[in-house]
Order: sequence, then C-alpha cells, then structure tokens
Amino acid sequence: MDILSLLVVIPIITVLGIMFVKDPKHVRIVSAIGMGLQLLLAGYLVYAYLSARNAGDTSEMLFMADHVWYAALNIHYTVGVDGVSVAMIALTGVVVFAGIFASWQVDFLPKEFFISLILLASGVFGFFISLDLFTMFLFYEVAVIPMYLLIGIWGSGPKEYAAMKLTLMLMGGSALLLVGLLGIYTNSAPNGGPLTFNILEIAKVHIPIEAQRMFFPMTFVGFGILGALFPFHTWSPDGHASAPTAVSMLHAGVLMKLGGYGAFRVAIFLLPEAAHELSWIFIILTSISVVYGAFGAIVQKDLKYINAYSSVSHCGLVLFAVLMMNKTAMDGAILQMISHGLMTALFFALIGMIYGRTHTRMINEMGGLMKIMPFLGVAYVIAGLASLGLPGLSGFVAEMTIFFGAFQHVDTFHRVVTLVAVSSIVITAVYILRVVGALLFGPIKNEHFLHLDDAKWFERLSTVTLIIAIAAIGLAPFWLSTMIGDSLQPIIDKLSMVIPG
Amino acid sequence: MNLENFLIMRHELVLTIVTLILLIAELSISDKSKHKIIPIAIGLFTINLIIGFLPTISGSLFGGMYQTTALQVTMKNILNLGVLVVLFQSVKWLKEEENKIKISEFFLILFSTLIGMQFMISSGSFLMLYLGLELATIPMAALVAYDRLRTKSAEAGVKLILSAALSSAVLLFGISLIYGTTGSTYFNIVGSVFTSNSLQTLAFIFFFSGMAFKISLVPFHLWTADVYEGAPINVTSYLSVISKGASAFILLIVLFTVFKNIVEIWQNLLYVIAVSTMTIGNLFAIRQQNMKRFLAFSSIAQAGFILLGLMGANITGMTSVVYFVFVYIFSNLGAFGVVSVIYYQTSKENMDDYNGLYHTNPKLSLIMMLSLFSLAGIPPVAGFFGKFFLFTAAAASGYYWLVFIAVLNATISLYYYLLVVKAMFINKNDTPIAYFKTDTPAKISLIICVIGVFIVGFMSIFYQYFQSIGFGI
Repeated sequence: MDILSLLVVIPIITVLGIMFVKDPKHVRIVSAIGMGLQLLLAGYLVYAYLSARNAGDTSEMLFMADHVWYAALNIHYTVGVDGVSVAMIALTGVVVFAGIFASWQVDFLPKEFFISLILLASGVFGFFISLDLFTMFLFYEVAVIPMYLLIGIWGSGPKEYAAMKLTLMLMGGSALLLVGLLGIYTNSAPNGGPLTFNILEIAKVHIPIEAQRMFFPMTFVGFGILGALFPFHTWSPDGHASAPTAVSMLHAGVLMKLGGYGAFRVAIFLLPEAAHELSWIFIILTSISVVYGAFGAIVQKDLKYINAYSSVSHCGLVLFAVLMMNKTAMDGAILQMISHGLMTALFFALIGMIYGRTHTRMINEMGGLMKIMPFLGVAYVIAGLASLGLPGLSGFVAEMTIFFGAFQHVDTFHRVVTLVAVSSIVITAVYILRVVGALLFGPIKNEHFLHLDDAKWFERLSTVTLIIAIAAIGLAPFWLSTMIGDSLQPIIDKLSMVIPG
Repeated sequence: MNLENFLIMRHELVLTIVTLILLIAELSISDKSKHKIIPIAIGLFTINLIIGFLPTISGSLFGGMYQTTALQVTMKNILNLGVLVVLFQSVKWLKEEENKIKISEFFLILFSTLIGMQFMISSGSFLMLYLGLELATIPMAALVAYDRLRTKSAEAGVKLILSAALSSAVLLFGISLIYGTTGSTYFNIVGSVFTSNSLQTLAFIFFFSGMAFKISLVPFHLWTADVYEGAPINVTSYLSVISKGASAFILLIVLFTVFKNIVEIWQNLLYVIAVSTMTIGNLFAIRQQNMKRFLAFSSIAQAGFILLGLMGANITGMTSVVYFVFVYIFSNLGAFGVVSVIYYQTSKENMDDYNGLYHTNPKLSLIMMLSLFSLAGIPPVAGFFGKFFLFTAAAASGYYWLVFIAVLNATISLYYYLLVVKAMFINKNDTPIAYFKTDTPAKISLIICVIGVFIVGFMSIFYQYFQSIGFGI
C-alpha cells in the first residue's frame, strides 16, 4: 500500500477499532492513538516531500499511485500530492488531533461521536490526496454527511435546524459541483480518445471555451458554497454555532478549506479561460463575503457566531485570492487556508472550553476571565492576534501575501476590490479586540465564575498543538511558502497561456 | 424441439416446476403443519436462483417469440435475488395465525407473477410481452388483497386491478396500432421498419403510457400510494422493488430495440416525464408520515432517476440502469425490511414511532440509515455509485440541465431520508420501541442487503459485467 492511501486507511482502522471497544475511556484512547499516528504520518509526509524535492524530484505530483477502478468509465483511484496538498494534509492532521482532545469530555454516545468525527476526517484526507475527480467527489460527500449526525445529535441550540440547513445547502452545492465535474469529464477528450476524470490528464487538454463558460460557474459555486461564498454562506454561522466543539473546529478549520482547495485545484486549474473571463463576478461576491462577514462578526454577541462570521470573512479572502490568479495571491490563498484553519480551530476549541465552564457563550454575560483561567485567556488572545494579522503569527503572513498579490493587478477594478477587501483588516481588529476586552478583562460579572478552574491536561494539549503550529508558520513561513510556491507553478503556467499579458 | 432448446428458458421452466411442486405439497400437507410450506418454498426458490446462475445459453424459441441472452439472464437473476430477500422478510408475517391457511397461496401467486415478469423480459414479440404482462399483473391484485380482512388491503387490490386493466387496455391499443402500421408483432421486424410518422408515434405513446403505469411514472402514478399503503408490507416491497425493477428492465429492452429508430422522440418524452416524476415523487414524499407511503413516494422519485439512464440511449446508459436497479434492490429492500420487521413486531409504521429507535435497537437503525443513504445516493454505500453512473450516462448525451435537476432532486430526497434518520437518532422519545430480537430469516435478508449495499459499490466487477453484456443504440 502506498503512503497516501494510508492516510485514508488509518482513520478507517481507527473507526473499526472504536467499534470493538466498549468503555468510553478506551474509545477516547483508541481515537487519540489513531489520530496521533495520523498526525505523525502527516508530519512524515511533509518531511518526505521536502526531501524528495531537495533530492531534485521535479515531477508535478509525488508519491503517486494509480489503480483502475471502473475501467468502463475510465475511473481510477489515483492519488498523489504536491506541496499544496501536503500542507493541507498537515493542517488536517493537526486540527483533527487537537479536535480529539478538545472532545475528551463528550459523554453522550461517545463511541458514535468519535466514529462520525473520524469518518469525517477520513473523507477530508481522501479529498486532499485524490487526483481523480470521481474519488475526489466521493470523499467530498463522505466528509459532508457525518456532519448531519454530529451537529444533530451532539450539537446545542437549534441544532436540528442547523444540521438540516447545513447538510442540504452543502448537498445543494455538491449538486452544482457534480454537474460541473461531469461536464469536465464529458469534455475531457476534445480530440477523441477515452474520457477521463484524472486531473493531470485533463489539465493537458484544452476544454472547449463554450463548455468552460457553462461549467466553471457550476464548479466554482459548488466548491464556493463550502467555502462560504456570499450569498451561499448562510449555513455557516448556524452550523458552526450549533455544532459541538470538535466539529466546529474541524468544519471551520478543515472542511471549509475543501472549498478553497477545490476551487483552485479543479475550477481554475481545469477551466482557466472561463475563470479568467468570469472571475470579476466572483471577485465581487468574494469581496462582499470578506467585508460582510467581518461586519457580521461585529454585531454578534454569541462567541461562536462571532467566530463563524469571521470564518466567512477569512474564507472569503481565500476565494478572493484564488481568483486573483497570480502566483503571489494564490500563495497567500493557501497560506491563508492553513493559517485560518489553525486559528479558527483554536478559537472554536477555546470557545468550547470556556462554554464548558461558564455555560454561556454571550460575551455580555462574561468578563474578567483572564484572572480565573489565565491559560485559556492567553491562548484566546494569541488566537485573536493571529486572526487580526499580527506580525509573527500566521495570519499576518497570509494576508500580507494576498493583498500584495492582489495589488499586482494594475487595472482599476482589481485595485478597488482589493482596497475594499483590505478594509476587512480594520474591521477584524475591531471585533477581535472588542471580544478580547469584554471577555477576558474588566470586572468579573458573575461570581460563580470565581470557582471555575483552568484548562485540564487534554485541553492544554489540544491548545498547545494548535498554537505551536500557528507560531511556526508565523515565524518561519518561508519553508511553507517555498513548498506551496513550487507547486503553484503548473497552474500559473496554465493560466499564463490563456491570460493575455 | 429437443431438451437443450428447453434449457434456454430454464428460468421460467424451473420456476414453473417449483410452483407445481408447491401445489402438490399444499395438497399433501395437513392443515396443522402448513407452516412447513415456508422452508420448502424458500428452499426450492433458492435452488431456482442457483440454477439461474449456471452458464448462459443464448438463443430464441417459438419462432422468435421468446429470446434470451446474457443480458436477460442477468436481469432475471437480479430479480430472483431480490425475490429471495423478500421471501425471507415475509416468513414472520406468514406464520401469523390468520395467514396459516393461505401460506402456499402466497408463494404460488408470487411465483406466477415472477414467471410473468421473466417472460416479459425475454419476450421477442409484443404478443409474448402482453401475455407476460397479464400473468404478472392479475395475480398481483390477489397478493395485494392478501390481508382480505383488512379493508385497506381489499381496497388496494381492487384499485390495482382496475388501474392495471386500464393500463393494459391502453398498452394493448398501442400494440394494435403498432401491428396495424408495421404488420408484425416481432421486435426485430417492428424495430427495423418503425418510423416517426404520426400514427406510429401515437402507437408508441400509447404503449409507453401502459408501461409507465407499471413503473408508476408521473402522471400515471396515482394508484401507487394507496396500493402500497393498503398491501401487506412485504407485498409492497415486492411491488415497489421487484415489479418496478422488472418493468424498468423491460422498458429498457423495448426502447433500445423496438423503438431505436425514434430515439429523439422518446428522449424528449422521457425528459419531461423524468423531471415531473422526480419532482412530484419527492414533493409528495416529504409530507408522508406513514413509512409505507413514504417509501412508496420515494420509489416513484427513484423511478424518475432510472429514466436518466434510459435517456443516455447508449451502452453506458443501459449499464447504468441495470446497475442502478441492482443496487436499488438492496437499498430499498433493506429499508422495507426494517419497516416490516418493526411493523410485525410492534404494529407501528409511522415515522413518529421511530423516534429514539437508535437507543433501543441500534442495529436496525443503522441498517435503516445505510439503506436510506444508499437510496439518497450518499457514499460510500452503493447508491452513490448507482446515481453517479446514471448521471454520467445522461451527461454524456448532453443532458446537463436534466442532470442538474436530478441532483437537486436527490438533495430534496436527502431531506426526507434525513427526517427518518433524525427520528431514529436525534429525536427524543419517552416510550421508544422497546428492544426486540429480529427473527432469523429477516436477519438473513437484512444481512444480504447490507453486504450488497457495501460491496456492489466498491467492487467494479458488477458494473464491468453489466457493461460487457449490454448494448446501446
């Protein structure tokens, strides 16, 4: 078995392992071991990838494996990774690992909870390693559907409504996506020969422009819905707010990245001309996402809603950067995905931990928590600073690169939308600092809070894992940047063929 | 005609012999031990199923009235497999006190309808098709009215026989027009001379309407819900899975052979019918509370999806339809199996009754969820593959918007399938259905369904085989 397929196999084995143990304690241990191994494997993958590149391997995808699955339709199980996918896999490994520890105290049907959570993770890993549109779509749906049960059973608030809304909107998105993918498939051999789902093969051919014009919007919106593209973002705040902690972490941290990754890997890479022609529509929509999400976060009082809207804003920025279609901006888009994935996971983990103690998420009911739970407080401040783009943390690197890249376009339209999007930095600072001030400092509003304790060991483990990753990217972005940058070259080459100038 | 020629129609022959043996057994078994018929019938049917899998002999009989190839044999085997599952699910119900006196009738009638369907699948002439159709339909009414003491069941039987008679009349009128304009009832002759002049188009439309009744396509679906609700659950599952699957197979063969000259006409017709069938089936399914009616309407919507593969009108389309029906049998019988197990244990068949089922009967709930996910087309279960291939076939012929409408419909259907999942897993209930042990035959049937739902998707061998025996226009 190849190393990449292991990324899907380990979660499945973990799930089987969980099925065979009874004690909730053992369930947690099996999950932690499984996802710990997964994290190690992801780390090893980064190492192996970098060494292969240093050794002079310049092929577009590494560690490729290919098995014919449905020969009649030319469907293969093809896996392979480039720097971008490796980075996303590492991100997923970290977030899932942290998520397991953040849900250490789930006591209602713990077995089912961890099974669903890890199944979801296996879908995400599978998505990132797939090079075949069919398997990619399959894993995409595998990642979406456990969400329904996770939110519906273990969620809070209007969880049934939120779970149904989220599932149906994402499935509606996958309806568009499926048509888009089938359209790409049926046009994948304009010069005759067998049709193919293989991304690398399709990238070599030139899909007729009429087909591109039809299928680019479908594919992009299909992925965009998962990436919270305005006006299809409405599932996100409700879904995140109702989801249990680990699910919010995984969903905002990783699952929403499937949208950005797909938009870049499939929609733009395979349909570049239409992407160039129609990008203006989506640039407008994404810049609305960016600003609207940020303003949305300002007016919310519920911590989870604040963070959910902030995710809309940040993920909007990812799609915005992808649509800028130059190397710097795309580099920034990937960095932003990873940076946002880590810090939003940290946010949701902390919110979950705070909520578990105070039993409220309303900021106006809390205050002075820094004195009571200094560890969580400091971690919250770090997450906040990363979110508003403080140098030294991951957010700064990502956003700088995006706006730098976006500003390389000299025409008025791009300049204006970039300026609009840049304004989100200021708005972000407003809501982050407002929350930090109200939540952590000032008088303690509820004296019951005085008896609360600080983070337990598993919570610390979860938090520290994420903080280390955030700081590592912020302080040493160059290795990640090189890893991504080299892998962006094929798509840049492809774009430069169709974009005049 | 020598013996070898007879082996060509071994499916029908063996099944006829099984039926005759059962008749004799019924006479020679005393009233007290009538329940012994059940293992005998299931055993004999299993033998019949196995014989069906023996190497295929292709050929035709009766001057071309009857024809069989690997394709027809596969279709019959698929149906036989489904019937075996249905039989397993019926055991507990047949053992009930009021059914004791009529156990063997259940098998006799059911096998007769199956013989009819198999003759239809193998027909090479409209005459044989019509014969098979009547053989499949008239005993069906008796099956539906099997619970004669329940008014609803009797009413459903009458409804079925009336609407079936009407649809037969319409179909027969179509056939008579076909015969009148082409001078033949044989498929190969009609197929080669059929054109799109107005009289022949009219003939096609009449014929198609008659078939649409059987598959319950909109607007010919109105009998479905009442009949499905009135009939005993296992008969409902037989109707909505086996009977519907058989009709889809027959329509597939007829459209691809007899009406291949007017492919544009029936593609346009199917376009409209596919959209309305999926949409209306789904919209009605949303509002159902009774699980039988719920599955009935959802199976109407599923029939709409099958049309997408037919419209592909090429080998991919044919393969995907056969594959989809194959998967559909496992998924729908899985769902019906759970509904019937619960009904005969507790007499509950409303969605509200399922609230909190997971906490008391986790295995049944999981099987139900997997089956529903398969019906909805959610990976990794086989329904996903079935739907995906249907959509691929339609997209390959350029029907992108139709595919889009279909996938949106699949999303709508996911909504109501999730309602059941929600009831079982999420909703709270102070008095959930208590834990009970499922009877062994039903357990076997559910295991078959679960295995089918899992392996058919991952193992491409089934699809490859269907592709190797299929044909396009």
